[in-house]
Order: sequence, then C-alpha cells, then structure tokens
Amino acid sequence: MSDARTAILGRLRASSQVGPLPDLDTAVLERRHWPISERAERLRKGMEAVHTEFLDATPADWPGVLRAFCDREGFKNLLFGPTSEAGSILAADWPAGGTQLMPYDRPVEAFKDELFTGVDAGFTGTVGGVAETGGLLLMPGPAEPRLLSLVPPIHIAMLKASTIHDTFWAAIKALGWGRALPPNALMISGPSKTADIEQTLAYGVHGPKRLIVVLVNDLA
Amino acid sequence: MHAENEILFRDSAAKALLDPQLRANFRRAMDGLITKRKAQFPDPRDLQDLRDLSTAIRSRSLLNLPSLLEQFEAQATRNGIQVHWAETCDQANELILGILRSKGAKTLVKGKSMVSEEMHLNDFLEKHGIEALESDLGEYIIQLDGETPSHIIMPAIHKNKDQIARQFSQKIKDAKYTEDVDELTAMARKVLRQKFLEADAGLSGVNFAVAETGTLCLVENEGNGRMSTHVPPLHIAVMGLEKVVATLEDVAPLYSILTRSATGQPVTTYFNLITAPRGAGEKDGPQEIHLVILDNGRSNIYADPQLQATLRCIRCGACMNHCPVYTRVGGHAYEAVYPGPIGKILTPQVEGVGVRHDLLHGSSLCGACGEVCPVQIPIPEILVRLRREATHQDPGSQVVGKGTGRTSSEDWAWRLWAMANKRPGLYRIITWFATRFGKALPAGAPLIKDWTRTRTKPVPAHRTLNERVRAKGVPHV
Repeated sequence: MSDARTAILGRLRASSQVGPLPDLDTAVLERRHWPISERAERLRKGMEAVHTEFLDATPADWPGVLRAFCDREGFKNLLFGPTSEAGSILAADWPAGGTQLMPYDRPVEAFKDELFTGVDAGFTGTVGGVAETGGLLLMPGPAEPRLLSLVPPIHIAMLKASTIHDTFWAAIKALGWGRALPPNALMISGPSKTADIEQTLAYGVHGPKRLIVVLVNDLA
Repeated sequence: MHAENEILFRDSAAKALLDPQLRANFRRAMDGLITKRKAQFPDPRDLQDLRDLSTAIRSRSLLNLPSLLEQFEAQATRNGIQVHWAETCDQANELILGILRSKGAKTLVKGKSMVSEEMHLNDFLEKHGIEALESDLGEYIIQLDGETPSHIIMPAIHKNKDQIARQFSQKIKDAKYTEDVDELTAMARKVLRQKFLEADAGLSGVNFAVAETGTLCLVENEGNGRMSTHVPPLHIAVMGLEKVVATLEDVAPLYSILTRSATGQPVTTYFNLITAPRGAGEKDGPQEIHLVILDNGRSNIYADPQLQATLRCIRCGACMNHCPVYTRVGGHAYEAVYPGPIGKILTPQVEGVGVRHDLLHGSSLCGACGEVCPVQIPIPEILVRLRREATHQDPGSQVVGKGTGRTSSEDWAWRLWAMANKRPGLYRIITWFATRFGKALPAGAPLIKDWTRTRTKPVPAHRTLNERVRAKGVPHV
C-alpha cells in the first residue's frame, strides 16, 4: 500500500457525500431497436459512410467469395488465425496457388518486421456487429491475435448477419462483456482515419487503410 | 496589486486577436464542428434523455468514487494490470521513469493523453534520456514544432495545411513539399509505423475505467492508440482519478454522447477495451500493463459539492467548440493544459483562483458551454462561484488560493460604492454630478479608459432615475 494511495483515498472518503444515487433511465437506449432483418442494412450504411467495403456471401460460399476477392486484388498473402472458428473453415478449403494463407501461429517477436512490412492483408472473424452506428465486435485472443486486425494494411473481417445487435449497449449485455471481458475486446467501424490536418478526412493513418467486411447472410 | 505570479489572460488574448491566420483557422474548424455535432442530435428529446442518463452515470460514479476506485484497482490487479497512485505530477513522472528504467526502456511511443500533458511528461522524460514520441497525427505535428495542444481533441487545429506542409518538408527526412492531405498523412504513417515497431514501451491515456471488470477503455480513430498499447512489450496508461465508472454498460451511453459531442461522429473507428496483458497462449499484446492514477488537485475539487461537477467532464471539447471566446483567441491564449470553458473552471481550481483570476473573467457568461455539455456541468455557475472565491475568504471553502485575487484598488472601489449607497445624501450628490458632468469626463480618464479603449464612451442620462421617478409624482424616492 503506497502512501499516495492511502492519502488520496483518505481525502476522497473524508469528503464523500452521502445521499441517494440518481436513477439511471435507459429508455433512450432501449428505443433504438430494429428488426433483425433490417440490422445488416443499417450496419452497412453506417460503415460504408466511413469507407468500409462489403462483400455479400452465404454461409456456404463465403470462403470462395473471400478467395475470389484476394485473387482479384492480387494479394500475395493473407495472415489469419489457423485455430479460430472462421480461420479453420477458411483453411479447410483454400485452393493452392495465388494468395497464400499465412498462419499467425507464433509470438509476434518471432516475425515483427515481416508483420509490419511483408503482409498484404489480415483476416479475422467477429463476435457480432452493431446496427445503430455500424461496427464490428472483435475478441482477439490466442486464436486470433490482437495485431491481426491492426498492423496489415488491409483488414478483412467475416460477419454473420444473425449476430448483429441493435446498439453497442445491447451487444455488451448480450455478449456478457460486463461480467467477464477477454484481455482485449474491440469495436471497429472502418479503416483507420484522421482529420487532424485542417479537418480534412484522410484514411489509413496508422492502422489498416482498407476494411473489408464479408457479410454472411445466415438469416434465411 | 495582483496575486503573485498572476497570469493575465487579457494580454495573451489580445495578442491572439491580432493574428488573422489563427482566427481564420479556428473559425473554420469550430463552425464545422458545431454543424457536425448538431447533425448527430436530430431529436431534441433523445439528446436530452441521453444527457440526463450520462449526467446520472457520471454523478453516481463520483458519489461512489472511493469505493469504485478500490473495486477497480482490485479487479485490474486480478487481471494482471499493475496499479500505481500519484498525488502530484512529479510523483507520476517519477513512477513512470522508474517503470521504464526497470525495463531498460529508452524509447516511448505515445497515444494521445491529456493527463500526460498535465504532467509535462515528454519534457521530463527527455531530460532523463528517454525519447517520448507523440503518435496521434495532431500531437505529432505540434511536437515537431515544440508546441502544446490548442484543443483537447484536435491538438493541431490552430495550424492550416500550408503551415503543416512547410513544417513536414523541413523536419521529416527526405520529405518533399506537398499540400495534399493524403500525402502528408502517408508521410507521418511511414515515420511512425517504424517507431511503433521499434519502441520499447507505449503510453496511453484512458477514456473510461470500468470498476466491475478492471478494464481500460480507449476511444480513437487513427489506430495509434492500439499501436501504442499493443505493439510494444510494455504499456503504461495514465488517468485522472475521476475516470472510473461502475459498469461496462455505463460506458456505452457515455461513449455515444462523447463521440457525437466531440467531432460529430456517431462512433469512432476504434473502441478499444484493454483488460489484461498478454495471456497464456496469446501471441501478442504487451507483457506488462501499468496504470498510474493521478490526483493533481482532483481530490480537493471533489471535496466541494458544487465544484465536484467539474469532475464529471468526459473531455469531449464541445464547450470549447461552442465558446465565442475560445473561437476567437484559440487554445494557446489560455496558457493552460485545458483551454476553453472547461479549462477556465479547471485550471484555477488546480493552480489557484488568485494566479488565474484573470482567466475567470475572460468569459461573456453567454451559457453556450453549459448548454452543449453532454454531462450538464454548470460551467457558467461554477465560473461565477470561482470569481467570488477569488476575492473572498469564505470559511469552509477548500478552493486553492481563495481570496488571493483581491486587489486594493478593487477593494477601495467597493468600499466607496458601499459608502455611497448607504448614505442617501451622498448618493444624490454623486449621481447629480455624474448626470450633469459625466459627459464632460475625458474618454482617457482612469477606469473609463479600460472601457473606451475598444468602445465608444457611454453617455449618461441627463437626469437620475430618482429625479425622473420623483417628477412622476412618486413620493419618498
């Protein structure tokens, strides 16, 4: 126990005011509601407004849609988490030749330079989406490392339409993040951007320059 | 006579007003931000409900602050975050230096943090041989010129792209001159990605700290916050002690109103929740996370029931965007880490209402700041309260420097005022002279001069109000 801690908490306690806590009326958050069939469209609109690109797919054809996109773009490699749910589906049926799948299966220290300069794109799954504003929810971890969605210049993410929540608030509750958060969790709404020079929007400042969402329609 | 070392806002404000380039840069930026914010709140009922909810969340957090801090500390520690406490900026700087030295770290790459500005951390570390590099594009731009932020959200807002183009071409190795914003951004990207890759440690601020989960929340668009916190092996975070909220659910509405109030965005590019360092099986992320919780006068502000509202602030900057004074003089004129209306009430409470007396009067009390504040901090009321504190020694008040803003000339003016108002005969004589001969007073006379320097001299009425009312037949006036 440091002296500073004791002194600070002591001062705060000495002047803590007792009294009823103000009520929290969350009606304004509950009003934000869309039928599940409309959420994907709303998410898409919000994210396209900040330059996110979308690829439409079905539960059966999404790895093929993704592969075709990679070939079209001429990526030499695609970094991915081989043990993640989405990653293992991708690897199971990845045709030889063209874009190579590159597993993120070692500690970053073992290939930091290559990660920063030798990777064309990174692929991750998502644990959900947010309809109100547009946004992807990610839970990086052992299967999908944290830098997978950050360092490669292009980030491709797979999102299932059935996992899109109304709001960030609703998503936090549904995913139980308030009870047990993973070491790192994220919401991403678009490619990296800045307006620090004369309020002019520029994309791709530190993180990915492009964000591509493979939107899997699993509602049918 | 003024308080010792008094910093005169009027002097720096007057200087800023003479800079047409600066005024144009701010005017354009603030107009844009006001319009964008407005577009994010089309429904006044939704806005007010969200403000009420956000205010209630922040008020509850403050009412429970000591318990929440303890709960947060316990949970964060369980998660593997090492928590440190600092009463002063000096202590916080020493703590950070100690952590860096224990790891042999020589380079630190920084995400945006106003608390680190408060600590003057960069200067301190440079003096001790550690390179501290700002990575937020705006912060990077001003660090190249050795400047401080002029806005808490958009630190380089006082510069236009021509100025930045010139600066980059002179200060970045092998850079060519260009005014293209995409090219300028790409130049900074190239320099800074190399720095992220090589840095021994990363530093960040904290937007919200969640007590129930021990989580640090970071709001950003650029990705430099994620780079600074996830690429280097060591992550150090700094935060003011007021940042803690009870639950993660509390964060959602605060985040929503923060981004919309600040830059008129419904959501930022990244919302980053950091709960633990690299865990078993993880392949990246920092090996260690340290958090420094800073007081620096906050516990003293906390002690006053009215002034405590100052600590509700979520640092969105909407008050400065809407402030007619800030828009005209810009952030640097305040000579304070936090400029604009929130800075006007925060800075005097930390540094003393005497030395910052002039700042308390640099306001028209138009009320715009209070009207747009997402957590409804009554900034104008607090400003008025602090003006009183500056000249009164109220017993029970814990305000730093209370009463030290009193000057003998002001004292005498009020004494004469009181004397005249308590003696009807004297009052009549003075007002009779003022109405008959006031017009003849030269514009350059003492006291009148302060007004007439930039305005025409007011002409007093020919007869006093008392005389006119008496003439209407009202007795006893």
